Amino acid sequence: MSALIELSGVTKVFHEGRHNALVALEGIDLAIEEGRITVLKGPSGSGKTTLLTILGCLARPTAGRVRVAGEVVSNLPETFLADMRRRTFGVVFQQFHLVTGLSALTNVMLPAYPTGRRHGEIARRAGALLHQLGLARLAQARVEWLSGGEQQRVAIARALINDPPVILADEPTANLDSALSAEFLGILGGLRDEGRTVILSSHDPRVCDAPLVDHVVRLLDGKLAA
Amino acid sequence: MIFQKSILALLFASGVGAVGALAAGPHALAVWRHWDLESGSARQLRLERRSTLVSTGMALLLTMQSVALLLFVFNADRMASQFVGAMCAVGTLRVDGFGFPALLAQIAAFFGSAVWLTMNAVDGRCRDLPLTRAKSTLLLALIPVLLLAFGLELAYFLGLEANVITSCCGSLFTSRAPGLGGDLAAWPPGQAMAATFLVLGGAAVVAARVARRGQGGLALGIAGLLAFAASLAGIVAFVSLYVYEDPHHHCPFCLLKPEYGYRGYAFYVPLFAATSASIAAVALAPFASARARGQTSAERARAATRVLAGVALAGFVLVLVLMVSQVASSGLKLFTHD
Amino acid sequence: MRRWISRQALLIDYTLSALARRGGRSLGLLVVYAGVVFLLASTMLFTNALRSEARAILAHSPEVLLQKLKAGRHSYLTQADLDRLGRLRGVSRIEGRKWGYFFDPVFGATYTLMAPASNSPGRGKIHVGDGVARTRGLSTGDTLALRSAAGGLHVFTVERLFSPESSLVAADLIVMHPADWGAFFELPDDVFTDAALSVVNPLEVRSIARKVGDRIPETRVILREEILRTYDALFDWREGLLLALASMAVAAFAILAWNQASGLSVDERREIGILKAIGWDTRDVLTMKLWEGTLISGAAFFLGFLGAFVHVFHFEAALIAPALKGWSVLYPRLVLTPSVDAVSFLTLGLLTVLPFTLATLVPAWRAAITDPDEVMRGTT
Repeated sequence: MSALIELSGVTKVFHEGRHNALVALEGIDLAIEEGRITVLKGPSGSGKTTLLTILGCLARPTAGRVRVAGEVVSNLPETFLADMRRRTFGVVFQQFHLVTGLSALTNVMLPAYPTGRRHGEIARRAGALLHQLGLARLAQARVEWLSGGEQQRVAIARALINDPPVILADEPTANLDSALSAEFLGILGGLRDEGRTVILSSHDPRVCDAPLVDHVVRLLDGKLAA
Repeated sequence: MIFQKSILALLFASGVGAVGALAAGPHALAVWRHWDLESGSARQLRLERRSTLVSTGMALLLTMQSVALLLFVFNADRMASQFVGAMCAVGTLRVDGFGFPALLAQIAAFFGSAVWLTMNAVDGRCRDLPLTRAKSTLLLALIPVLLLAFGLELAYFLGLEANVITSCCGSLFTSRAPGLGGDLAAWPPGQAMAATFLVLGGAAVVAARVARRGQGGLALGIAGLLAFAASLAGIVAFVSLYVYEDPHHHCPFCLLKPEYGYRGYAFYVPLFAATSASIAAVALAPFASARARGQTSAERARAATRVLAGVALAGFVLVLVLMVSQVASSGLKLFTHD
Repeated sequence: MRRWISRQALLIDYTLSALARRGGRSLGLLVVYAGVVFLLASTMLFTNALRSEARAILAHSPEVLLQKLKAGRHSYLTQADLDRLGRLRGVSRIEGRKWGYFFDPVFGATYTLMAPASNSPGRGKIHVGDGVARTRGLSTGDTLALRSAAGGLHVFTVERLFSPESSLVAADLIVMHPADWGAFFELPDDVFTDAALSVVNPLEVRSIARKVGDRIPETRVILREEILRTYDALFDWREGLLLALASMAVAAFAILAWNQASGLSVDERREIGILKAIGWDTRDVLTMKLWEGTLISGAAFFLGFLGAFVHVFHFEAALIAPALKGWSVLYPRLVLTPSVDAVSFLTLGLLTVLPFTLATLVPAWRAAITDPDEVMRGTT
C-alpha cells in the first residue's frame, strides 16, 4: 500500500507573531496509506481537527510540506488548491453543516456546482447517492426537517458527490447514539471496500477501537504520541 | 458644458478607473516586490487573496475603460452640432487644445487595458500564476496613463464652450494642411492603396502563422502595430474618398456619421480588436516559449496566443475585405482605364 | 467554454435560491435602486424626446430668418427691403411673414397672431390652436373678440381648431387673413415681421447670411442651425444639471449598497464558510456574490427603466417636466414620441450599475475570503 498523503515537518501556528499565538501542531511527519481507514485519536485540544484540516488541504501549514499523490500541494495558489481539494477530498463535519432552507438533494449537489458539469448530470448522481444511502424518498425534503441520522447520511452523500478518493470525517459519532454509530461505521467500511481512503478524527472508543480501523494515529498537545 | 449626461458618464468612468488603479497601486507594488508562490507564508497568502479582489476590480474598471473610448468618440461626433464650424468629431475635438491629446491618451489606455485583461485571463488559468508579477508591473505602468487620460479628458471638457468657433476636418485633412493629416491627404491614393493592402496582408499572414504555432507573439505585435498605422493612414489617404465619393474629403471621423451608415465603426472596431490582440500576444511571448518553466503554463500561454492570433487574423482580414469592397462598390472612380 | 457556461448557470441557480431565502433584505435595496434608475432614466428619456421633437419641428422651419433692426430693437421689413435682396444664388424662396403677439389680460396669456401669405382663412374668420381653444373654451363656430392696442374691438369667428397633435407648435396660435391682421395691428399691407429664406444647400447658409447682411444693413440673420444648437445645448445642460444633482442620490445609494453588502448576517457568513469548506474557492463565492449584484441590478434597471418609460411617454413626465420644459401659461399638450438611444442606455448603466457594483465588490470579496477551516474549527 502506497502513501497517498504525506506530511513532512508540518507545523501549524494560529495568530503567528501576535501575543496570542497558539502552536496547534508541531513537527508532524505522517503518511496516510491509500485504501485504509485511519483514525486520528487524542483528547480535546490535541490538534486532531487541525491535523485533519491540513490533511484535507482546508488549511495550509505554517511550516513543512504536504504531498498528495506525490505532488506538493502546500504552496499551490488557492484556486488550484480548491480544485484539487474538490476532486480529492469529501468532508463530513461534526455538525454536518448542511445549508438550511435547501433540500437534501440540493445540499448534496453543492460541492459539484463549481466543477462545470451539467446540472442534470449532477442531479442524477446526487439522486443515486441518496438512494444508495436509503434517503431517496427524502430527496426534496428540507434538511432542517430531517433527523440527526438522516442529516448525517445527507452529509456523507454530499461528501461523495465529486467521487473523491479520500473521505474525511471530524468526530462523526459525537452526535449519534450507538445504533447510528454502528450504522455509520458500516458505511465507512463500505467506502473502504470501494477503494477509498478514510480519515477520521475521534476520541470515541467505539470508533478508535472498532475492528475495521486499519491505523490509529495518536496525538497529544499537537505532537504525535507513541 | 460639463453638465451633459455623456460627459458626466465619461468623466465618472475615467475618474473611477484612475482612482481604482491608484488604489490598486500599493498591492501591485507589494506583488512586484514580495510575490513568491513557493512560500506558504501569511504574507503570500494575503497577497494571493488581495490579488483576487484587485483582479476582479481592475477587470471591471478596465473593461469599462475600453467601452468608454467608444462613447468618447460617439459623443464627440454627436456634440458637433453644438459648435459653430464643427461638422464631425474633429470639430468638437478642436474646440480646445486638449481634445486630441485626450483621445490619444484614451487610445493608449485602451490598448494597455486590453493587454492587462488578456494577461489576467491567462494568468487565472495557470497553476503557477506565471503572469501575476508581469501583470502587476503593467498595472503600475498603466496608473500614470489612466491618470493622464482622466486629467486630459477633464481639461478638455472643462474647456468646451459653445461660443468658440472651431475648425473642422476640411482644414486638417487636406493636402495643403501642415502636419500628418496633410501629408496623408497628399499621399497618392494608388500608392496608399498598395502599401495599405500589402501591410494588412502581411499582418494577416503573420497572424495565421502564429495561430498555427502558438508562438511568435513579438512578430505578431510588430506586424499588428504596422497594420494599425497603415490602416489608419489608408483610411485617410484613400478609403474615406471612396466612402464619401469625393476625391477631396479625407476625414477619418466623418465615417462615423449616420449619413454614411456608421461605416467607420465597421472599420475601426475590428481594427482596434485585431491590434489589441496583437499587442497582447507580445505580453504572452516570454511565457509561451518552449524554454518557459512550468510546462502547463507554457501550453496555456500558447493556447491563448493562438486565440489572440486568430482574433488578429480575423480582424485584419475583415478590415482588408471591407477596404477592398468599399473601393470596388463606390461610385467614385479614381483610376479609369481607357 | 461549455464548462464555463455550466458553471455560471449553476452559480446563478444558487444565487437565485439564496436571494429567495433572504428576499426581504434585498427588497428594500431593490426598491431604492429602481428608484434611482427611474429618476435618471426619466430625465434622459424626457430630454431625448424633447430634443427629437425640437429637431423634427425645426426640420420644416426655414434655414434662414431675417429680422430688421432699428436702434438695436426689432423693426418691420418692407416690400422694398425684400426687393433689395433681389435674387440670391442658393436661395430658392424669400417669403415675408406677418405675425405678432397679443397679450390677453383676462387670462394672462400671450397669443401668436399670424397671417400666412397663402391658404389663410377668409376675412373675419380664424383658425385657433389647442391651447387657446382650451383657455377660452372655444369650439368651431364660436366667436372670439380681441381688443387691439388702439382700443378697437375685433370680433372673429372660429372656423377651425388645430389638432391637439400640433399642440407643440400651434398651442398659442391664431391664424387670420392678412387684411384682418393688418387692421388689428394697424400696419400697412407691405410690412412684414420677418422674412424666411429657403436655402438649397445647407452648407452655404453662412455665406448667404453674410450676403444678406451686406445687401440690407441693420438686419439680424437667424440661422436654423443656430436655433438647433441652442436647443441642444439648453436641453443637454438642463438634463446634465438634473443628473448632477441626482448624483447625490446615486452616492447615497452606493453607500446604502455598501452597508447592506457589508452587513452579512450570521446565517449568511456560516453559509459561505460551508461552501468554502465543501469545495468552493474564493473565486466561486465572489462570482456568486457578483451574480447576486448583477441580478439585483438587472431587476432594478428593468423596473426603473420601464417605470421611467411609462412615466415619460404616458404620463408626460409629470414629476420632472416643470424643471425641464420651461415656463409658460399656455402649456402645449405634449405627446412625445417614444424613443430610446444606445448612448442614453449606456450612460444610464455607467451611472447606476457601475457605482452599485463597485460599492458591493469589496464587501463581497471580504465575505468570499472566509477561511474554510474556520467551519471545521467551529469559529464561523
